[in-house]
Amino acid sequence: MTKTLFTNARLIDPVALTDTLGALLVEDGAISQVFEEAAPDVTGPQVVDCEGKCLAPGIVDIGVKVSEPGERHKESFRSAGRAAAAGGVTTIVTRPDTTPAIDTPETLEFVERRASIDAPVKVLPMAALTKGRDGKEMTEIGFLQDAGAVAFTDCDRVVTNTKVFSRALTYARSCDALVIAHIQEPGLSEGAAVTSGKFASLRGLPGVSPMAERMGLDRDISLIEMTGARYHADQITTARALPALERAKRNGLRITAGVGVHHLTLNELDVADYRTFFKLKPPLRAEEDRLAVVQAVADGLIDIICSMHTPQDEESKRLPYEEAASGAVGLETLLPAALRLYHAGHLDLPQLFRALSLNPSKLLNLQTGRLTAGSPADLVLFDPDAPFVLDRFTLQSKSKNTPFDGARLQGKVLGTWVAGEDVRGET
Amino acid sequence: MTFRAPHLLGIEPLHPTEITTVLDLADQYANDPGSPRHREVLAGMTQINMFFENSTRTQASFELAGKRLGADVMNMAMQASSVKKGETLIDTALTLNAMHPDLLVVRHPHSGAVDLLSQKVNAAVLNAGDGKHEHPTQALLDALTIRRAKGRLHRLSIAICGDISHSRVARSNIMLLGKMENRIRLIGPPTLMPSGVAEFGCEVFDNMEEGLQDVDVVMMLRLQKERMDGGFIPSEREYYHRYGLDAEKLKHAKPDAIVMHPGPMNRGVEIDGTIADDINRSVIQTQVEMGVAVRMAAMDLLARNLRARRWEAIDGGVMA
Repeated sequence: MTKTLFTNARLIDPVALTDTLGALLVEDGAISQVFEEAAPDVTGPQVVDCEGKCLAPGIVDIGVKVSEPGERHKESFRSAGRAAAAGGVTTIVTRPDTTPAIDTPETLEFVERRASIDAPVKVLPMAALTKGRDGKEMTEIGFLQDAGAVAFTDCDRVVTNTKVFSRALTYARSCDALVIAHIQEPGLSEGAAVTSGKFASLRGLPGVSPMAERMGLDRDISLIEMTGARYHADQITTARALPALERAKRNGLRITAGVGVHHLTLNELDVADYRTFFKLKPPLRAEEDRLAVVQAVADGLIDIICSMHTPQDEESKRLPYEEAASGAVGLETLLPAALRLYHAGHLDLPQLFRALSLNPSKLLNLQTGRLTAGSPADLVLFDPDAPFVLDRFTLQSKSKNTPFDGARLQGKVLGTWVAGEDVRGET
Repeated sequence: MTFRAPHLLGIEPLHPTEITTVLDLADQYANDPGSPRHREVLAGMTQINMFFENSTRTQASFELAGKRLGADVMNMAMQASSVKKGETLIDTALTLNAMHPDLLVVRHPHSGAVDLLSQKVNAAVLNAGDGKHEHPTQALLDALTIRRAKGRLHRLSIAICGDISHSRVARSNIMLLGKMENRIRLIGPPTLMPSGVAEFGCEVFDNMEEGLQDVDVVMMLRLQKERMDGGFIPSEREYYHRYGLDAEKLKHAKPDAIVMHPGPMNRGVEIDGTIADDINRSVIQTQVEMGVAVRMAAMDLLARNLRARRWEAIDGGVMA
């Protein structure tokens, strides 16, 4: 029976929303006891002295793109797993927008097998909602769920046909499956590379109005009301979409929402002179939108912060802005970037880990994300204040497309444990 | 004499004194465009015109400007060449760079593409139009035309009319004329106005008569039919009726107002033929003439900076 005692730790508890000194005893991969104040003498455990640094439940990152199968040169399960371990992410929930899409139990099994061989952290796969993510026919939701799919999503593609979408939602409800959708009115946002406004016009880039996001959300809210499905909006990035979300929650719909860390920490002006590492989908927004969304996370209206980890190689980024691929890697920078919100005084650490660990776990009915006895010992130890300048070539990901290259960040991960095992040592 | 930039990528990064420097030099070239003296200016230098998008006028103007200054000019029609074979812009740039050109004149259908290319080459790069972003030499030639017609380039009331949203000419002109402290009015249907136009520091009108009231300069834009996804305006004839420049609408401008157009014109769509040909009002032919002079001046200044940088590099090598 292996025992590990974490002593002298600042325990970040997102359930009780507390931040106190204490100790934690881990037995056989699970948290067995939480001590306030100093730890008593427990016989024979291995001791980890946390030196007063923060110990929090490991991050559960929903919406990570691992480019297997199809584009393994961009990211593999090994590299993504190492990046996750380095970033304090203990569970990655993968996206099905690979080539081919993960839309059958067979391809899903491939993902699970590859992940189990290569990834040091937990990997939970999502599956496509429609075959080939084409928005025409629903996938075998029941079979996929049996095979281990934790949610169903067509990723950045919107199911434009409302009849198809409503049937998929209705069927998903019968399986109590979670549907994750990208909210964007596809007509209005067609061809867009940035958010419309003065900056877009000065740069001569095609823009999309923030209103397209609200229209997408409004449509989906109507469909959830109609079907009663369990629904999560992957990224809400604009102020205008927030009242609709708030109303839908108040009316008791089974809706939750997330936001990517980049939209919480960067704005449209960061694109500057056509820097394609800042090209995201949806595009970075105006500063007012960023602040409104940060506030929504603090208030708990937006439930989840994720990295929207999207590896892209240099070739797909070193192009004129309109032609360049969208997306940024984020597994390793998720925590330091999110800590900007803590250092700016927008959120305290328990609130931050409510959005990073607890809420995603709850959404997927996992026991992780908590520092309570009985929960799996998925833990991250970090120093929230340690400053560093990020060099993108030090990242574990195969792709280095981070917008934080050269950025001053605060917050270093000191250790990552999955089921009580130190996984960061392997990196 | 201040013009230190290594490239001419847009009007946005230029200081008003740099703009004046280009215009002053262009003025001299305009007064004596064909002098054999000029042939020494770019003698021994190679100029490559890379046009990833069709152009007759701008390319001819750059070619003539280069030849008048004695450069060896080469034209590459990029849409017909390796781009079709899937070569990326960066690879094309690196290939050309290995041939050691001195001046690169680039037009590209994507905004920001010329900036990207300029980061990868040693030559001085001139932006001959990138997407919907900038077309700096057009704005400079417009400015020179205005300065010569009006005697000054400040405190003028200037209307820019038509398809502002798809126009790089409009963006560069708004930048330049704003930097020189003019009053700018943007006139056009709201569907052809860029988003965020209210924050541009310009007055915005969707009524031509109101917008043209007492302006000194009327700058018409081409209705970029090839850029239209379709559905920005109901029809050409309705557009002409509401936004085409004719004698009736021009009456609202000052009696001595000049009429400009970057060309090529759609007669009967954005401008009435008789206005375009009216030698008392239209300066459209002068614009073409100034185009060559401005491009001579811009290439002259960039070549001076290029030589200075090369000397520094050699000097530095000796010193070290």
